Amino acid sequence: MTNDIWIIATAALVAASCALVGVFLILRRQALIGDAISHSVLLGIVLAYLITDSRALPIMLGGAVIIGLLTAWLSDSLHRVGKLQSDASIGIIFTLFFAIGVILISLYAGQIDLDQECVLYGEIAFVPFDTIYIGNLAAESGFDIGPRAFWGIGIVFTIVLSSIIISFNRLKTIAFHPSLALSLGINVIFWHYFLMTLVSMTTVASFDAVGAILVVALLVIPASSAYLVARSLKAMLWMAVGYSQLAVLIGYALAFWLDSSISASIAVSAGLLLFVTIAWQQVQSQRRQRQPIDSL
Amino acid sequence: MDAFTLLDTPTVWTNWLAFWSFDDINLLWVLVGSILLGMSASVIGGFAFLRKRSLVGDALAHAALPGVMMAFLLFESRDPLVMFLGAVTSSFLGFFLIDWLPKNTKIKADAALAITLSFFFALGLMLLSYIQGLEVDNKSGLDKILFGQAAAMTQKDIKLLAYVALFVLSCVVLFFHKFRLIAFSATYARTIGIAVNRYELLLALLIVMSVVVGLQLVGVVLMAAVLLTPVAAARFWSNQLSHILIISALLGGLSAIISTQISYLAPAMPTGPWMVVSLSALFIISLLFAPEKGLLKRYTEHQKLRKKVAEENILRTLYKLLERKNFQHKTFNLADIQALRSMPLESLQSTLKQLCKKALITSSTEGFEMTTSGFELAEQLTRRHRLWENYLTEHAELTPQQVHQQAERIEHILTESQELQLQEELANSQSDPHGNLIPSSNSTIPGESK
Amino acid sequence: MKQPNSNTHTPSPLSVQHLSMRYHHKPVLTDVSFEIPEGKTIAIVGPNGAGKSTLLKGIMGLEPNIEGQASFFGESLDKKRQAIAYVPQREEIDWDFPINVLDVVLMGRHGQLKLWQRPSQLDIDIAEQALKDLKMWDFKNRQISQLSGGQQQRVFLARALAQQATLYLMDEPFAGVDVATEQAIIELFKELKLQGKTIVCVHHDLNTVGEYFDWIIFINARLIAAGPVEEVLTKENLNKTYGGRLSLLNDLTEQMYRTQLNKAHDTD
Repeated sequence: MTNDIWIIATAALVAASCALVGVFLILRRQALIGDAISHSVLLGIVLAYLITDSRALPIMLGGAVIIGLLTAWLSDSLHRVGKLQSDASIGIIFTLFFAIGVILISLYAGQIDLDQECVLYGEIAFVPFDTIYIGNLAAESGFDIGPRAFWGIGIVFTIVLSSIIISFNRLKTIAFHPSLALSLGINVIFWHYFLMTLVSMTTVASFDAVGAILVVALLVIPASSAYLVARSLKAMLWMAVGYSQLAVLIGYALAFWLDSSISASIAVSAGLLLFVTIAWQQVQSQRRQRQPIDSL
Repeated sequence: MDAFTLLDTPTVWTNWLAFWSFDDINLLWVLVGSILLGMSASVIGGFAFLRKRSLVGDALAHAALPGVMMAFLLFESRDPLVMFLGAVTSSFLGFFLIDWLPKNTKIKADAALAITLSFFFALGLMLLSYIQGLEVDNKSGLDKILFGQAAAMTQKDIKLLAYVALFVLSCVVLFFHKFRLIAFSATYARTIGIAVNRYELLLALLIVMSVVVGLQLVGVVLMAAVLLTPVAAARFWSNQLSHILIISALLGGLSAIISTQISYLAPAMPTGPWMVVSLSALFIISLLFAPEKGLLKRYTEHQKLRKKVAEENILRTLYKLLERKNFQHKTFNLADIQALRSMPLESLQSTLKQLCKKALITSSTEGFEMTTSGFELAEQLTRRHRLWENYLTEHAELTPQQVHQQAERIEHILTESQELQLQEELANSQSDPHGNLIPSSNSTIPGESK
Repeated sequence: MKQPNSNTHTPSPLSVQHLSMRYHHKPVLTDVSFEIPEGKTIAIVGPNGAGKSTLLKGIMGLEPNIEGQASFFGESLDKKRQAIAYVPQREEIDWDFPINVLDVVLMGRHGQLKLWQRPSQLDIDIAEQALKDLKMWDFKNRQISQLSGGQQQRVFLARALAQQATLYLMDEPFAGVDVATEQAIIELFKELKLQGKTIVCVHHDLNTVGEYFDWIIFINARLIAAGPVEEVLTKENLNKTYGGRLSLLNDLTEQMYRTQLNKAHDTD
């Protein structure tokens, strides 16, 4: 039972962090760069692990942030220097990084406890078994403080949340109107890479739980649902988190019922919630179109 | 284990020889199939690229996954045709969703793509994990379509792949002009009565089909690169669409050969990532070394231009010095030149050396003197400079200082015909806005007694 | 590069020197220099594609590939940002963005705020006054997608007003607005002029330019003329502005950018 709670708690934090960051990706129309970073972060994780032989959180975060920023920067440079459309340059960079990541995993399969499977799904069901133990394990004098993945995403969630609270107004201006922000003297490029850093950290911390690709669903889908209904940025952030938490609960139930992957089921539920929202809005607007005749 | 066999050189060598002797007939099939796929996907990807929808292929590949799983669940068969039809159906659903969302909701195009991609992929994974929990036959190997495994392909798979690839290629050849017109400007195509929607649908179908048959070879996750990277690389080699498509087909085929070999030599390796890496390598080579558009070429061109500009500037300076001395005194030293043109000493000296080598100037202990050919060039440059100054003054009403700065640049690229045009437009101008005489085009050095 | 008379009177609100801009290889503006007087309304006029909006963006440093410079009250843009308000074209932004009218106007105050600061009551009062000036206070809680085109424009103007700048740069504020909004903008111009502020507008309507503005800058890929309306609004200038570009100048400038000749000089 405690295991279920750890799984749900970890999934909830993953979903919430992704939803918060995703809001800005959607508003800044950078959903695709979010997709790209979530793929290339795999390479960052693998390289960080191969170089340092450690899975400590700061190292994983560092590797992912470096690769994430590199992805954003290279895509942009390729767009400028190679004169390619920006989505094409994004596509070229992230597929390459991801491919190298997968190759390294299969080359050093014996040395990394990562396999192609968990790159795709994550292993949220195993999250409770990889715990952090404080103190001496043999002497049983320490105590178990819970799963590593939980604390990882917990720290990242705190960073994401506090960044958004502190720089709420800046982020709002930049998302709403980049050229106005620039004319007000705000360093738009800095904030762009700041956001990319948050995306990289979120995806790497979510990696254990949901893998490299399903995280895209959590980044993009709850934020899009919120975008459809929210009327202020604050509301959109709250709603995105709300949608994501609902998706976690429904997804967990779905996975339990079908005996399917928990992470995939959460992503599917997020999508279903989006489609329900869209359907509801379509019905509403049709009804509104019919009504004016009576009200006039 | 496999990792270590790969690093063992002699085994790699014998295996490689075995590969090319085609002892294994199946291998030949795989090779042919992957080349065909590489070619057809690159060509059809070219149109997606031109329609500025480079990542649509990515979304469609991901969208195929639930179709494959549903087909397996419904028919409990792994017949290639069944899988293919399932995948095409769900890819098409994805295609419509990408199109429908931005048109009917507030969701923007990029988000629509990411939503479709991740939702369908999640659905596919959910079904896959569900299937793996079921007690059904031959469910193993379904997950191979995630990253692709050339070695796992059956003859039946390859036959289907070959048919589809050939169908795609022949459609492109057949409708090339229509596709090009639509890719260039769909609005214009519509105004001249082309059924754009029908062709777009066909194009989408071709993309979906290429993506779907490619899944077993390249995998869902990386299919995007096979559609996108070859055409992006080919663009550096040519400006003509037909050439670009042919080059990208060659690049696609080449990367297919490379990755199939690697997959054969190290059977545990997924094929897709290697195909992407070899494509990316080809892309980087194109980016750097392509004639005309490659970065290296652009860099050397620029260096050449810098040199030319520096040389011409010094010739012009010598001419100005000559002019000040009323064409009497012809030899000038470094200090004279530097007084008129501020330039780092080092580059000044190397440029002078270059000019000597080209026999445009001669150097002596007293200094530097222009040769006849050097003088002619200097005169021509000065004439162009001053004509351009006059043109700007007369037509663009700029100040003398502004026109001088612009003429400093333009003098280096004015062609003979443009010079003639200028002379015609400025019928009787003898001197420039600063009051200097414009040298005429067939004069000799004044005061030259030869 | 000192202007000969820069010491004798206060520096011009906006002085542009040798500004050249391009889009890829295509020259958009070539060597534009002018200086505007203080406390006037100034129109930038020219045909479509003449580079009017690009000029404003270049002045505000919003576009890459700029040569030359703009100075504001004799200083660089970064030192004078607080004194300048820029009103972009309406098409630029996502009107579906989840934000209400008051929040948009409050953004005008963000330039003055530190990262962690929230708008104070004073900021809100200023925003309120700006909205009232443009008769938009009743709409303060509306989501911006529910506004008409003219109302959207007025929100943008209110935001610029809330910046309390002394120089206003506006990109086609009259484009596609209703009569009421047009009137409101004219009133606003009068009010701002009374306070001694300077307004520079991209404007495309030749019928109203003489009536609404004191000064005109004619642009067509280069500066054609700049000066008070009565002096420069002549048939000759109109012909030059709308009579097409100098093809030779255009071709050669493009050729220059294509070969990157502008970067090939060791000295200048």
